[in-house]
Amino acid sequence: MSFIWHPTLTHYLVLGAILFAISVIGIFLNRRNVILMLMAIELMLLAVNLNFIAFSHYLNDPAGQVFVFFILTVAAAESAIGLAILVLLFRTVRSIDVEDLSTLKH
Amino acid sequence: MTTGALPVNFDFVPALPEIALLVGACVVLLVDLVLPETRRSWSYWLTQLVVVSTAWLSLYVFHEAPAHTFGNTFIADTLADVLKFLSCVTVALTLAYSRSYLAARGLFRGETFALMMFALLGMMVMISANHFLLLYLGLELMSLSLYAMIALQRDSGQAVEAAMKYFVLGALASGLLLYGMSMIYGATGTLDVARVATTVFAGGVNKTMLAFGLVFVVSAIAFKLGAVPYHMWLPDVYEGAPTAMTLFVGSAPKLAAFGFMTRLLVGSLAAMAFDWQGMLLILSLLSMIAGNVIAISQTNIKRMLAYSTIANMGYMLMGFLAANINGYSAAMFYTITYVMTTLVSFGMVLLLSRAGFEADQLDDFKGLNQRSPWYAFLMLLTMFSLAGIPPTVGFYAKFAVIEAAVDVGLVWLAVVAVMASLIGAFYYLRIVKLMYFDDPVDDAPLEARSDTRVLLSINGLALLLLGIFPQWLLGMCVVALTRSY
Repeated sequence: MSFIWHPTLTHYLVLGAILFAISVIGIFLNRRNVILMLMAIELMLLAVNLNFIAFSHYLNDPAGQVFVFFILTVAAAESAIGLAILVLLFRTVRSIDVEDLSTLKH
Repeated sequence: MTTGALPVNFDFVPALPEIALLVGACVVLLVDLVLPETRRSWSYWLTQLVVVSTAWLSLYVFHEAPAHTFGNTFIADTLADVLKFLSCVTVALTLAYSRSYLAARGLFRGETFALMMFALLGMMVMISANHFLLLYLGLELMSLSLYAMIALQRDSGQAVEAAMKYFVLGALASGLLLYGMSMIYGATGTLDVARVATTVFAGGVNKTMLAFGLVFVVSAIAFKLGAVPYHMWLPDVYEGAPTAMTLFVGSAPKLAAFGFMTRLLVGSLAAMAFDWQGMLLILSLLSMIAGNVIAISQTNIKRMLAYSTIANMGYMLMGFLAANINGYSAAMFYTITYVMTTLVSFGMVLLLSRAGFEADQLDDFKGLNQRSPWYAFLMLLTMFSLAGIPPTVGFYAKFAVIEAAVDVGLVWLAVVAVMASLIGAFYYLRIVKLMYFDDPVDDAPLEARSDTRVLLSINGLALLLLGIFPQWLLGMCVVALTRSY
């Protein structure tokens, strides 16, 4: 259990990879509702942020942390647009189920 | 970005086209606010003025040698100038072709124009980026504007559904890109495109981590291009979005995606060419086969053209994966001519549609020759070009990418490409058959603004002219890429 007190770069990367995998699974296996998908997208960006900060600290280079600020800002804009589209979706389709997003099929 | 000292070069001139476009977009937003509903066409003409001036400015600041600015995060070179000019022209044509369509659907509004200009700004930033941060920001500016543009038709369930699908998968692609970038950053210790390249060339980097990052970056690029197996968003978005937005999504962003791919794979990871060649090979092979085969069974022309896009991106990647100047130039030539062809094909769908009628079924093209021989001829040129039949430009474009692949010993891939395009010829020629040998289902007269007619005709004839004289455009692509890389 030494990694709790002395986490190394590898531990942060593994955590980032786990979070990233959870978010990808959340997008593809989630068949229930679109809000969960938006949450999975946020989680994905946070996993990436964790990676950037870990590397930035390890490399002793602040550029990675600056990148994280920009990702956070873009993530905010992205969720604003995502939620706006979600509201429109609910207004037109009366549902936010992923299953109901299937009028466009050949 | 350098650590320690502040960046010293803060020259604004190389970024003049972007600055002008940003100012212009803000002006259009403000002016549109005070214009009465009857004067809406003023914002349209103002938008055209801004986009065309930006195109002119990209040539005005023309760079023979690469110029860096903003602490080396921004690069302006011949490649960037050419791609920016073409993107602006493409957006201007898109606006002109979609004018009546937008007006008939209540989308002829300042928001549409502003979003189009912001998307164009994002593309220009992608094309000129020399830093991972700028690549990402340009990509997001473009993508977020595109999601909003598609959802602008708020009362259409299809459009909103398409926007949602595009949003989720686009955000996933951005996530993949960022994850890949973080790995490359970890392996090389820098985010600067050129410095990543020098660090990798110098050796001593963690190759495993770098290759891991490369996989994610290539996946993200494939998502944006719509290459199989990352293509699932493309048919739904093309079909569901209002045709004007489909035209926008299907044209200029391809040029930006080419610039983006070149900056990342050639600009920063050229030393890993052996690794990404294999990945692009799989993407190219699957896209050519799947795109052409699935397109056969489509009855909706927008969806059919979406699968055609997937197949065409496969051909483009085939040129790119040769990983030499000839291959890149062939891919660039392919992208440019493909965008020109897309403009005409979706321009025709826009021309046939009217208020309450989308003209998005194959049957809507029946007997077009009887209704208007000239438009039928333009559509014929487009379909011949997509099928790769000489003397249209599509033939030469396919020839160039196949030649590039054969030159690096990928003869079998070239054979597959030719077979796939034979399959593809079936569904392109089916439209020609519908237009010339069937009776029209719908006899409504074709109404189009005179500027749309003239521009569409010039655009269509350019496909023929470029097919007869392809050398100057290909020469330009070679010069642009040689000066940059």
